[in-house]
Amino acid sequence: MVTIQDNCIIKVRNVDFYYGKFRALTDISMDFEKNRVTALIGPSGCGKSTLLRLLNRMNDLIDGSRVEGEVVFEGKNIYDQDIDPVEIRRRIGMVFQKPNPFPKSIFNNITYGPRLVGVRKKSDLEALVEQSLRQASLWDEAKDILGQSAMMLSGGQQQRVCIARALAMKPDVLLMDEPTSALDPISTAKIEELIEDLKKRYTIIIVTHNMQQAARISNYTGFFYLGKLIEYNPTEKIFTTPDVRQTEDYITGRFG
Amino acid sequence: MKEKAHTSVHYERELQEVKENLLYLGALVEKAILDAMRSLLERDSDLANEVISGDDKIDKLDGEIEERCVRLLALRQPAARDLRFITTAIKINGHLERIGDMAVNIAKRAVVLNEEPRLKPYIDLPRMADISRDMIRQSLDAFVKEDSDLADKVRREDETVDNLNEQIFRELLTFMIEDPRTIHRALLITQVSKNLERISDHATSIADMVIYMVTGKNVRHRNPDPDKQEEFKAES
Repeated sequence: MVTIQDNCIIKVRNVDFYYGKFRALTDISMDFEKNRVTALIGPSGCGKSTLLRLLNRMNDLIDGSRVEGEVVFEGKNIYDQDIDPVEIRRRIGMVFQKPNPFPKSIFNNITYGPRLVGVRKKSDLEALVEQSLRQASLWDEAKDILGQSAMMLSGGQQQRVCIARALAMKPDVLLMDEPTSALDPISTAKIEELIEDLKKRYTIIIVTHNMQQAARISNYTGFFYLGKLIEYNPTEKIFTTPDVRQTEDYITGRFG
Repeated sequence: MKEKAHTSVHYERELQEVKENLLYLGALVEKAILDAMRSLLERDSDLANEVISGDDKIDKLDGEIEERCVRLLALRQPAARDLRFITTAIKINGHLERIGDMAVNIAKRAVVLNEEPRLKPYIDLPRMADISRDMIRQSLDAFVKEDSDLADKVRREDETVDNLNEQIFRELLTFMIEDPRTIHRALLITQVSKNLERISDHATSIADMVIYMVTGKNVRHRNPDPDKQEEFKAES
């Protein structure tokens, strides 16, 4: 298991998670290192997406769900009473499986969040759009069509709009839930390349079903099974000499 | 522990085929050594020529196995123990092919030696050949059974063969000093001995790879006996 001494940005401690009576996660403890990519892998229903959504309180929106344990971000448990979940979600952004741009112009997609939190000046918004699109490697393709609907873009471009939209809020952490599973190989390669660049400034936690993707882009990999964290190790270790037999069976295709 | 099969039956079979091919190659190579030595001990040059021409078959199989492994790497993107298995298979394949070449070297020397009167009765040479062949067989056994203890045992045999090689060399040296007319034959015999010693080195390398495959640890270029580690480093 990995323990991060310095540079730990999120500490998950003894977390159980329930959907009603069903316990989806059991006693999860793991550290996430700053400016690194951590991949969460495991078969469907293993709890990896649940954990991801728990890290910025997206699960709050699900009726009957309940969290036990702590998720410590910058020294504070994000499930404390006095924490504003909206502020948490600003600091810990999220990108989803299917590109989900708003039915608005590219420009307005990216400025939507910043406007909500009070950025009004046109020049500030313009600068933010350029910066976010550049970071999402979409600026060159989009700079002349900022007024057009984001829905007109290709799937890969839409996903990069969503990443730019998340970046516009200047988050510290980016959560990605299978961000390339709906994309073709070239768009996937672009997003993976982007993730590589983004980790210089952000911490990225990604859920993926594509094992090769986890191997290619992540520094650490956590393997989940039936709501438990089975193994958490540097990615290189997981894919060459994993410590736990179950991990090995999964990544070599001996499961089920 | 009983090994779980792959969800993909085809993949499972492809890996199994690599294993079977390697064992077959191992058997061919062992036979080549056996025949090369017999051609020398029984002065049978026809048998020696069979060994020499039989190397084509070994080379062909070597090519096929390599191709299979490369295909598996490209199409299946193996990970963890499958990855270690395939990298190990590629290396074992190379070692076996080289061992085949050494059997040919021995057979070629036998053809020349068979033309001349016997220099001396062979005692240590057949012993070396037996140990080397055992080492190959056991290292492949260890590979199939994923048995790192057996592989470790093979690694410890290497020293015996090295010592025999030195002993043979010293003995032949005395022959050459006493009677220069023996030099040609004595040199050929040292070459046979050297080839056997190299064969046991290759078997040791196969055992090293098996240990890597099973444990993930790299033991290459390390003396199997921990007490001799320092000495070994100084030598190499």
